Order: sequence, then structure tokens, then C-alpha cells
Amino acid sequence: MRKLIFGLFIAFLPALGLAAGAGVPLDHIETDHTDKASLQRGAAMFTNYCMGCHSMEYARYKRVAEDLEIPLELYEENLIFTGAQIGELMKNSMNKDMAADWFGAPPPDLTLESRLRGESWVYSYLRGFYKDETRPLGVNNVVFDKVGMPHVLVDLQGLCAVKPNIGHGPSVEPLSGNIKNASACPEYVTEGSMSGAEFDRAMYDLTNFMSYMADPVKVERERLGIFVLIFVAIFFVFAYLLNREYWKDVH
Amino acid sequence: MQKLLNWVDERLPVIDAWNNHLAKYYAPKNFNLWYFFGSLAMLVLVNQLVTGIWLTMSYNPTGEGAFASVEYIMRDVQWGWLLRYLHSTGASAFFIVVYLHMFRGLMYGSYQKPRELIWLFGMLIYLVLMAEAFMGYLLPWGQMSYWGAQVIVNLFGAIPVIGEDLSLWIRGDYLISGITLNRFFALHVVALPIVLLGLVVLHILALHEVGSNNPDGIDIKKNKDENGIPKDGIPFHPYYSVHDLVGVAVFFFIFFIVVFFFPEMGGLFLEKPNFEPANALKTPEHIAPVWYFTPFYAMLRAVTVDLFGLSAKFWGVVVMGGAIAILFVLPWLDKSPVRSIRYKGWLSRIALALFTVSFVVLGYLGLVPATEGRTTVAQILTVVYFLYFILMPFYTRMEKTKPVPERVTG
Repeated sequence: MRKLIFGLFIAFLPALGLAAGAGVPLDHIETDHTDKASLQRGAAMFTNYCMGCHSMEYARYKRVAEDLEIPLELYEENLIFTGAQIGELMKNSMNKDMAADWFGAPPPDLTLESRLRGESWVYSYLRGFYKDETRPLGVNNVVFDKVGMPHVLVDLQGLCAVKPNIGHGPSVEPLSGNIKNASACPEYVTEGSMSGAEFDRAMYDLTNFMSYMADPVKVERERLGIFVLIFVAIFFVFAYLLNREYWKDVH
Repeated sequence: MQKLLNWVDERLPVIDAWNNHLAKYYAPKNFNLWYFFGSLAMLVLVNQLVTGIWLTMSYNPTGEGAFASVEYIMRDVQWGWLLRYLHSTGASAFFIVVYLHMFRGLMYGSYQKPRELIWLFGMLIYLVLMAEAFMGYLLPWGQMSYWGAQVIVNLFGAIPVIGEDLSLWIRGDYLISGITLNRFFALHVVALPIVLLGLVVLHILALHEVGSNNPDGIDIKKNKDENGIPKDGIPFHPYYSVHDLVGVAVFFFIFFIVVFFFPEMGGLFLEKPNFEPANALKTPEHIAPVWYFTPFYAMLRAVTVDLFGLSAKFWGVVVMGGAIAILFVLPWLDKSPVRSIRYKGWLSRIALALFTVSFVVLGYLGLVPATEGRTTVAQILTVVYFLYFILMPFYTRMEKTKPVPERVTG
């Protein structure tokens, strides 16, 4: 009975842990906030390709530089284009009203995007653009239908002629031995400067960076958490022994 | 030191209070695991008060600044992320321990005479806790904060004649706005905590007046030794204070796993849409209240028929309110000669099991989007939930109970 109750207590928390599933299939990734090189590449890519339109207005440049181990001067010289001080919030100068006119909706702030949509969603979305002449900007996205954003990374990825295979990993066809879905995009309208695998790797870095930005304290939190749990475990031993000492006379 | 204590004691009965409530408060010696949750609820309450006070120091209760100030706490305030996760996880933990505490009461008949008032104060605590949680949930000013509040406040609009004006009065505006945020903030950090603390004091005073129940449901005061001390009783302090420390350690272990490793709890404790600032012009696809409200939310949605010229929504609100209200009269519904489920008959056991299943499954159904099949299940379970109470006077009288021992068992 005791075991049952105890089990119930523990089981209660995750028993209901069923996140609502989205309808679109996604390519799943695991981010790694300890991979500083990946985060640095992601930061560079985000600054160069995304920050023209998207702010990260809840975060500060300096925190990013310090967490990613980028020297402050180097960061200021290469990754701040607006003349902002390094201690400032990462707001950009694009006018939201004008942006709304240009794209239909102002580009959202991306500080928390990976916690809002999920890391796998961001990773899939970034790789999900394809040519679609019916759309005003000539591109659509398999993850985000009728997206208002242009394909900013077209010079890296190239423009995919058909809907990319997102959410269906590579597989070998049993009869022919051909590899199916080797890369997300099987056919390009224009080639980019990166190969499919290189682009995937770059998008992983970018997603990793966005995931870090949404939850910058994660590594520190989990590191501390281990010590906290060890402390509580030791405390438990003493509490248990103290309790046993007092209760040994109670019958 | 002794002199100082005497000086104070002549002016304030501190020694009496210490003895009455701790050192000479005799609690049954057969408490089991279920008896940890009362003291754990106190622990979580303290956690909420302390972390809440510190969060208030950096939070900005305005429609313009609330969302950004929460991120400021998460990023720029030293240990702000820890305070916030302790508070947000604490909110869910509060409901978990309170639900288990209430379930303990149901199992062992802790609401029965002479403990009716304890149960009533407890129910009032639960009610205030729900209001506290609801108002606190608006404060981060995310999409789910906003639309959750919108949906719940609109429920008052279903009341005939006065409904629309009532919800307008609660919001202070025609839709949820910064004005609503300001008043919810005031209620969340000042008014409701005061009421909550007062009720907790009453809950414990009433408990210590009549004494604690136990898993056997036996009145330990019937068996006293020559000094007038219950034979099955032991002083709360030190026996249960050291005992509860073990419970605190186990609780903290689980609690900190969530705080440090799964603070969002897969979107249950911190819902994903809440990482986007409130936007009155953009309704989320699926609005679900936080998990601890979902059993009642599922009941609300389960009512789909208009009746007597009143809308289904109104009757849904009635059912939802009734589901909570009926808990208040529980002490007068149970006609059993015994308290504990250990000595009640099979009917009571089956009824409690069905009730528990219905509550948990309704909780799940309230989380997920409604479909036709799910609504049917929710309707059946809502009926089961109510039948547990409505039929209680009958099945507790009909069934054959087991003989209750004179003294407590292990």
C-alpha cells in the first residue's frame, strides 16, 4: 500500500504530461547549449540574416557575448550594427508599422520563439521554404502555410522547386537500393552556396542559438539542479535517521 | 534567556500556544503517507509567499510592461529565474498537495462530525486558492494568460439579466485590459493572500480544537491514560515535526526536479502560448486552462443543451459551480456510522474509486480539444462525479460496515 501511494505521488506529475500535438510533421532535433561553437555560429547567422527584421528585445547583447564566450570588443565590432551599447536590449531599428505594410504583419520578436513553437518546429520551418508562384513573395513554407516571410536564406540554401521533405527522415528503398529523402529538398530551382547537409548543419546552429536565447539559463540551471538534488538527498538521510531515532520508542 | 521567555510569557501566552499546538498536541500515532500533504501545503504556501514577495519587487503590473518585466526577471534579475520557477512550479505543486490532502479527507472521513468546520474552512481555502491561481495566471500577460482570463470572466456573462454587467464590473473594461491586470495584481498579492492566511489559521485552530482524524477513523480521545493523555496519541512535536521533515525532503526532491529540469512540465505548468505577449486581436487556436482547473472546465464544456430557455453555457456554469459547491455539504451527506474507508462497505469503496477516476479523466479531457466522443465521455463522468455525492446518503446507510477496532492499527 505504501509503495502504491508513493508511486501515485510520483506518477501524478508526469501522468498528465501530454502536450497537444501539432498537425504538421516535423524534423526533430535535440539542441545542445553547451556546444559554444555551434551557438557562436548560430549567433553570427542570426545577426547577419535575421536581425535586420526580427528583434530579440528581451535579451541583452552583453549577456549573449558572455554566455557564448565571445570577447566583448569582437562582439561590438562584428555583431552590433545599430550603434547600440553592448549592455542594451537587442532591439533593432526596423519600424514595426512599416514592416506590417511590407509583409502583412510585423516580423515577430524572436527571443522566445523556440519556447513558443518548439525547437523542432523552428528547425523544420527554417528548412521548409519552397517555390510557390501563387504567393506574393514567390515562396511558401511546408511548416507554416501562406507564410508572410521571404526566403531570407535563399543564397545559402537555394530555392527548392518542390515541397521539401520535412518530418520524413532518409530511408533506403528496398528494391532499388536508392536512398529516399537524402536531403530535405530533392530538386532546386536555383542552387545555393551550401550543400543540403551544410545548410542543415547551419540551421541546426541557428536553432540551437534561438533555443539558447529563449532559455539562456538552462545550462546553469541544470548544473545547479544536480547540486540541489544531492543536497536534498543528503538532507533526506539525516531527516530519515532523526525520524527513526525518535520513533523507535513508539509502538 | 529563561527570564526573557518568562517576561514575554507573562504578557503573551507563548508557552501555552507552543504546548497547545505542538508539544502537547496529541496526534494519533498511526498517520500514514497521506498525512504529509497538510504540512506540505503549508510549506508550499510559505514558498509562494516568499518567492511572490521577491517577484513583486521586479514585476511591472501594467499592460505595457508586464510581459517584458517577467522576461527581465528571467534574464536580468539575479536569481530571478529561480524565484519565478519556484513560484510557477509552486502554484501547480500547491494544487497537487491540496488535491491529495482533500482525497485523504474523503478516504478517511475526516470531514465527518466533529470535523465539519475544518472541512468547511478547508473548502474555503480551496476556493480562495482557485481565485488566487486564476488571478496570478493573468499577471505574466502572455496569450494564454489573456485568453484564459477572457474565457473565465466571460462565463459570468452567462448569468441571466445581470451577467453582462457583472463581467464588465469584474474586468473594469469591455475586454481584458491593463485595468483588469492592475486589479488582479492587487487582489493576487494583497487581498487574497490575507484571506488565505486567515483561513489557514482557522483551519488549524479548528483542527486542534477537536483533534486529528486518522486512517482508522477512530476517536483517540476515548482511550486516555491516567494523565488524560490519549493512549494512541503522541505529541506533534517532536514526533510529527521530525516525521514531516522526511516528507519535506521527498517533496523537495520531486519539486526541484521539476524546477531545475522541467520548469514548463511539457507545457502543463507553463503553457507554450504564454511565451507570446497578450494580443487582444489574435485568439489562440486552442484555449485550455491550467491543468488544475481542467476537471471543472471539462464539466462546463460537457453541458451542451439549452434548458428552460436558458443557454447551455449558463447551465455549464451552474454545473461547474455546483461541482465545487457540493463539496461544501459533504459532511452532511455521509451517513455512515464509520469514518474510514477501511471499515466502510464495498459500495463506498467503489463510489470513491469511480469518483477519483471521473475527476482525473475529466482533468485530462479539459486539457485537450473537445470532440464528439470526448464530450460524451465528459458527460458520463460529470454524472458520475455528481452521483458520488447525491447517492452518498443512500449507499453509506445501506452498506454493511466492518467493525471498528477499539485502538488504532498500524
